[in-house]
Amino acid sequence: MSEPLVEVRNLKQYFPVKTGFGKTVYLKAVDDISFTVGKGETLGLVGESGCGKTTAGRSLLRLYEPTGGEVIFDGEPVTAKNITHMRKQMQMVFQDPYSSLDPRMTVEDIIGEPLDVHHLCANRKERRERILELMSYVGLNAEHARRYAHEFSGGQRQRIGIARALAVNPKFIVCDEPVSALDVSIQAQVINMFEELQEKLGVAYLFIAHDLLVVHHISQRIAVMYLGKIVEIADADELNSHPIHPYTESLLSAVPIPDPEITRARQRIILEGDVPSPLHRPSGCPFRTRCRYATEQCAAECPTLTDRGSGHQVACWNK
Amino acid sequence: MEQTNTPKKNPLSMQLDLSKFSDASFAPATEEEKRQQDVMSESTTFFKDGMRKLFKNPLATCSMVLLAIILVTIIVAPMIVPYRYEEILSVNGKRDKGAKNLAPFTYSEMEQQYIENGGKRFPHLFGTDEQCRDYFIRVIYGTRISLFIGFFASIIVLIIGMLYGSVSGYFGGRVDLIMMRIVDIIYSLPDMLMIILLSVVLNELLHFESGTIFARLGTNMISLFIVFGLLYWVGMARLIRGQILSIKENEYILAARSIGAKPGRIIRRHILPNCLSVIIISTALQIPSAIFTESFLSFVGIGVKAPMPSLGSLANSAREGLQSYPYKLIFPAIIICLIVLSLNLLGDGLRDAFDPKLKR
Repeated sequence: MSEPLVEVRNLKQYFPVKTGFGKTVYLKAVDDISFTVGKGETLGLVGESGCGKTTAGRSLLRLYEPTGGEVIFDGEPVTAKNITHMRKQMQMVFQDPYSSLDPRMTVEDIIGEPLDVHHLCANRKERRERILELMSYVGLNAEHARRYAHEFSGGQRQRIGIARALAVNPKFIVCDEPVSALDVSIQAQVINMFEELQEKLGVAYLFIAHDLLVVHHISQRIAVMYLGKIVEIADADELNSHPIHPYTESLLSAVPIPDPEITRARQRIILEGDVPSPLHRPSGCPFRTRCRYATEQCAAECPTLTDRGSGHQVACWNK
Repeated sequence: MEQTNTPKKNPLSMQLDLSKFSDASFAPATEEEKRQQDVMSESTTFFKDGMRKLFKNPLATCSMVLLAIILVTIIVAPMIVPYRYEEILSVNGKRDKGAKNLAPFTYSEMEQQYIENGGKRFPHLFGTDEQCRDYFIRVIYGTRISLFIGFFASIIVLIIGMLYGSVSGYFGGRVDLIMMRIVDIIYSLPDMLMIILLSVVLNELLHFESGTIFARLGTNMISLFIVFGLLYWVGMARLIRGQILSIKENEYILAARSIGAKPGRIIRRHILPNCLSVIIISTALQIPSAIFTESFLSFVGIGVKAPMPSLGSLANSAREGLQSYPYKLIFPAIIICLIVLSLNLLGDGLRDAFDPKLKR
């Protein structure tokens, strides 16, 4: 792994939930997660719906005020004070290309907004040139600049969103399920574009997705989340070939393989029951209620991430 | 040589005659030809689209035309009609005492004599009132005042309501809670009582130099504006707060925050443009309600100061001779109806045209 660009240490994000008559319960959306993203690297973050992936990405960028923990960007902690400055280096691409673009703005204004906010362009001509340059990065034509977002298809809209994130020349982009709202052929285009941009501009990504194949394709390393905790981090190929955590195992066994022979031969690991409510988390290991290896120790104590050789970290007592 | 390669066509065959095509027919399209195939639809903005739908609505279009006619009339008429609204009619410098309560298009005895002697006299389109003043020009000025009050009051309401509502809605939480309780308190004050009290108090306090626009409007009118500013903005503030609460949840607001935009910029550039349609519509509907309030206040006698007419005060003074001179009530009443009706219909049309949820 190259030298770290973003270090997340013990990040916590709890949301207060009022349950009548002054009682407040905390919803632990992200509970004590730590990871690093290297310069120019892509870290994939996978997990099922509602496990806190998106919240992790948002509180990392301080779109929510984190409950605890810290984020260190390029050796400098990200705080509420220097956040405006930090936003020039950390950007975000959103999941839904339909609602993440203001319907009342032209493409030019959408992409130009970060330039205006940070006063990056001296005059109108410079601004216009920079916008056209950004549009050419993401494969949009100059004549698209005067149009409105609703005149574009989903894939094109996502390109606009990416161009907006690139406008400030960030070093790090959180991609919050950027392809899950697109259909498969467009997904491939957009993902290849992400890779090209990384090669050209050297940005690092935190790539959030629930599609393991997509994440494996784009990431160097993958982190697996379950109920607000990271249960396993490893190199993408290592995780794919030798998953250790039982949750990762079952996730991988659910990935469809376009070959009926293999599909027939392999064994699906089907999890029992549902994901527990994040309001009433099980004691100890969050996965123990659905884990076939669960023991008494799992209920008593929560396992921490331990290194199993060459940076493969797993949080499990039994494996 | 190309032609010889293609097989000779049987004259009875239904097949295409390939010899009639050259290779050029099958050449790939050039870049320019490809571009011609691109469907170029005109880029329509939200506003243009809304206006197009508005003009398709016959009721809204009619009321726009009607309002335009009224506006042109009240601007042009005072230039054409040789009488002033407070002028007591006179012929050749002599007061015309017979020109009292004339019916429309009639002349007093003095005027008839004057016309017989070769003089020219502008007809009294709506007749005259009990103080020998031309009624048409008084109705025109009354309309001016009523519309002026309507527009100004709704602009005051708009500005205060928009600022208050957007701050309350955007920041939410405790700020919202406190600001909305203040709104609730103001909402519960009886507005007529407040207007009457304020105009009494302000009558004592305010003294304007004669000749200024304030003096001509009179303290009652000023207090009406102040009351609008103090009381009537709450409805607008509530409406805009509600809009902002729902728009705030959109991802593009989060995107703007992730870019590093400050709250002021987000409200100005993203939130307000997106609830503009609601703002336009409720402002349009606010105008008739202000006109109505003014008419009512003038009718009960605490509106504009004499001799300045307003539609409400004209209707009020017409009550006295209602049996003999009904036209004096009919003219201002018709104009109030027309203005209020067409503004209401226009507001409805605007809502239908600009509300995306009502798309047909």
